[in-house]
Amino acid sequence: MSGPEGNAGGRDERDDGNEATETDADHELRVTKIRNGTVIDHVPGGLALTVLGVLGIDGSAGEVVSIGMNVPSDRLDRKDVLKIENRELTRDELDVLSLIAPAATINIVREYDVSGKHRVDRPEQVSGVISCPNPDCITAGNEPVSPTFDVLEEGVRCVYCETILGAEGASLTEHADIG
Amino acid sequence: MGQHLISAKQLSRADIERVLDHAAALERDSPTDRRSGTLLGLCFFEPSTRTRLSFEAAIKRLGGDALDMGAIEASSVTKGETLADTVRVLAGYVDALVLRHPSEGAARMASEFVSVPLINAGDGAGQHPTQTLLDLYTMRENVGLDGLSIGIMGDLKYGRTVHSLSLALTNFDTTQHLVSPESLRLPRGVRYDLEAAGASVQEHTDLSTVLPDLDVLYVTRIQRERFPDDAEYRAIAGEYRIDAATLEDAKENLIVMHPLPRVEEIAADVDETPHAKYFEQAKNGVAVRMALLDLALDGGGIFAADESGSLADWNEGADA
Ligand SMILES: [Zn+2]
Repeated sequence: MSGPEGNAGGRDERDDGNEATETDADHELRVTKIRNGTVIDHVPGGLALTVLGVLGIDGSAGEVVSIGMNVPSDRLDRKDVLKIENRELTRDELDVLSLIAPAATINIVREYDVSGKHRVDRPEQVSGVISCPNPDCITAGNEPVSPTFDVLEEGVRCVYCETILGAEGASLTEHADIG
Repeated sequence: MGQHLISAKQLSRADIERVLDHAAALERDSPTDRRSGTLLGLCFFEPSTRTRLSFEAAIKRLGGDALDMGAIEASSVTKGETLADTVRVLAGYVDALVLRHPSEGAARMASEFVSVPLINAGDGAGQHPTQTLLDLYTMRENVGLDGLSIGIMGDLKYGRTVHSLSLALTNFDTTQHLVSPESLRLPRGVRYDLEAAGASVQEHTDLSTVLPDLDVLYVTRIQRERFPDDAEYRAIAGEYRIDAATLEDAKENLIVMHPLPRVEEIAADVDETPHAKYFEQAKNGVAVRMALLDLALDGGGIFAADESGSLADWNEGADA
């Protein structure tokens, strides 16, 4: 858990993002600023490691990752914040993220600046990012189709075999294919 | 376009009635040559002599012919050809395809690769919608389709005929009593759809409490391979068997149905009672499949005239 000490400069972004925990920066080294990369904020408390799992980030590639877990938050009571340096998220990654952490905000940071800030959209369907847990599903073989899931209120459902996969982050992560 | 028949879920009440009405009409008029020159592809990746012959009889009684792909596992599959490639090639030879496959979702996937109507004749533990149509036909002939109390007993988890039937019944005013061992209850996916359809469903582990209320008892086989050992299988399967004595508590006009083949779950002495309708049910398969094929071959889609739009909506989703 480390990262370059960024300088907040004169920018006033009190909530979230790259400045998430800098309101009282001197005492708050929980999460530091990053120069380039992605800040994922408003992840439900305790799910940061699940999010990393889904993104396939385990530190083996040398990424610099800072995590704040169970940070007090107005919106979520307790939230997790992740800062991943030199990495921007793909569409597929955002889709899976939306299933685990629908309230998450994604800040793309370039040269210490938040250059893009968005909420994740919950898609109606996700394709190619989760594999079907049903071993007898037609997508488990070598057919030329991507596992495709309809996104339900809770969980997702294979459009081929109709197996429902729970909404709980962990069970989705087990089957996540990205990263 | 409602071109394919993949799941009972896509069937509206109007769809079902249209097929059943047409089946009744064809049964009166049979044989016919209304589909002469038509070729139906039978693509069975799993042995099922009964269903295959039923489709073959149906197309021949319509004046058409069947092209049976034979033992597919012995040819293309062992060479590693995908199902997608197999059906794409076969679809070029025939006017419609019937597919039976051991993997769930096989028919749905295959339908994405063909331009002729594809009919799901069973996909693993998934769906078997043509069986459901003949089941409904048999019920309608004997006890009607509304105001019924229907018991469905046996292996509800892996039984694709049960999954299809249960979903189709949500179109009618019925109460479903699902009777099974705890370990063989309906899978989550089917429960989800039943709940979404607002179905009236009750679950039981014991038939005796509900039997006196039933108008229909649909029995399915509990297979040995669902249990870790023989003793457990014997003990549990034994509780879900019926014989003539069991039915003494039933309504006089209860009908007993079974998708066949049966093994021990319905004793032979039931055959002699007026309750037994399973052979009639099997026979109905031909007329219902004739109706279905005839509608499918119309070109505009099996249920294109359906005003409820349920099928059209469903297939739009499939194409996306
Ligand atoms: Zn699946």
